[in-house]
Amino acid sequence: MIIYSLTFYLFSSVAVLSALMVISAKNPVHSVLFLILSFVNASGLFVLLGAEFLAMILVVVYVGAVAVLFLFVVMMLDINFVKLREGFLQYLPFGALLGIVLVIELGILFLTDRSSNIYNNQTPLQPIVNEVENTKMIGQILYTEYFYLFQICGIILLVAMIGSITLTLRDKGGVKRQNIVSQNTVDASTAIEKKKVKIGEGI
Amino acid sequence: MTYDILITGLIIIAQILAVVVPVLISVAFLVYAERKVLALIQLRRGPNMVGPFGILQSFADALKLITKENIIPSGSNKIVFILAPIITMVLSLAGWAVIPFAPGWVVSDINVGIMYLFAVSSLGVYGIIMAGWASNSQYPFLGALRSAAQMVSYEVSIGFVIITVLLCVGSLNLSKIVLAQQTVWFAIPLLPMFIIFFISALAETNRLPFDLPEDESTLVAGFFTEYSSASFVLFFLGEYASMILMSSMTVILFLGGWLPPFDVYPLNVVPGVIWFTVKVIFILFLFIWVRGTFPRYRYDQLMRLGWKVFLPFSLFWVVATSGFLVYFDMLPN
Repeated sequence: MIIYSLTFYLFSSVAVLSALMVISAKNPVHSVLFLILSFVNASGLFVLLGAEFLAMILVVVYVGAVAVLFLFVVMMLDINFVKLREGFLQYLPFGALLGIVLVIELGILFLTDRSSNIYNNQTPLQPIVNEVENTKMIGQILYTEYFYLFQICGIILLVAMIGSITLTLRDKGGVKRQNIVSQNTVDASTAIEKKKVKIGEGI
Repeated sequence: MTYDILITGLIIIAQILAVVVPVLISVAFLVYAERKVLALIQLRRGPNMVGPFGILQSFADALKLITKENIIPSGSNKIVFILAPIITMVLSLAGWAVIPFAPGWVVSDINVGIMYLFAVSSLGVYGIIMAGWASNSQYPFLGALRSAAQMVSYEVSIGFVIITVLLCVGSLNLSKIVLAQQTVWFAIPLLPMFIIFFISALAETNRLPFDLPEDESTLVAGFFTEYSSASFVLFFLGEYASMILMSSMTVILFLGGWLPPFDVYPLNVVPGVIWFTVKVIFILFLFIWVRGTFPRYRYDQLMRLGWKVFLPFSLFWVVATSGFLVYFDMLPN
């Protein structure tokens, strides 16, 4: 149990510290890297809770794909961060209000929901292999109980995808594209044209 | 009580060393094997001076590189610049925690083993992006951008290939994936997926013909142009260790892991770890063979192959496999 609590404090403190660094780092790329560190630590916390599938999905989806593209964009864009920080004090009250609301909501949750009893939850350090795998459990619930909600999520994602494609797809004229099929089907009769050129006249 | 923790800790460290040290040694011999095989393909002799048949060449190279001066460019972002090769190396070794070499020979037999491997291999891109960005130089930056786009694209098809295998297994545990292949290796019923996985593994490890991130003919050395000495060695080791990791993943998913080809007398007394090693060496030979014989893809061709050929095909194959399994009532449990 002592190792369990030690790893818990390690993951949670690094997650909180790196989340702080995300909003305070001067360099935007450093911010994104700290965000990734925070994600990885959150997935470590999931593993400690025995939710290994969620932990891995968090790493694969957020760290492996979303954050890569995020980093990609932040590295490519030339953002003037001095200018961006000018409005800091202006937005501070609004941000603080949001934060306070969140903290109050979390507090209410802790005070009212005594039944979950998270403090005495003796979760093992390593998930036991012989149990019903939580991948299977998630699948059994997701595709039966929450089937329609799941489908609606899928449709929302599809709409977002189509929307972003139509926003960014521009057919610029004059772009040369490689047509591999037509390239491969070329033979001597279509590629070469023989002409008899008369001397002194040209084509 | 504390004594117990100490003993457990020591056992864990011993297990980690028992996996990591052979991996690092096999990296050295893989580099040697690659140079020899490439030499044979090109009718040369290859390294033949250091040790018998030049077998100690990679150790000599490593010593030489480590003793050189480590140059950190003045315009670079120093912390990220130093972190990048370390991350590459650590990630290429972290995946080995879940690889079963033989029945029970695994450091951590977790339920979501294949997801863990997938996650670790998808994190590999960070070492490259960080290196390219921190170098503060054009060639590494271009290499990093290429690598980011390339690895994200090929992960998608790798994901679908893994889903196809998982449909036939019914578990994400790597040992169970191997045991599910006792009747037939998945390379036979899922042959197209095996080929797609192998090609995507080439792209995922930045090997030829998809080594656009380092592409020496246009980008000098790509993302590690600015690296020297020990940090270069870390990138080099990381690349080869992740190559062996991807080969082991291929072996576990498609070639029956530690299982012998046929469960008959002289074959099934051979220890599982030997079968595993032989199969991994075969896949690694394919990696080197491809490197020696194929020209490098152009970048748009690489993207086209990933998104327009592999993605639709593997998606179709997922649907076809699940349809087949449901129709013939062959779904696992």
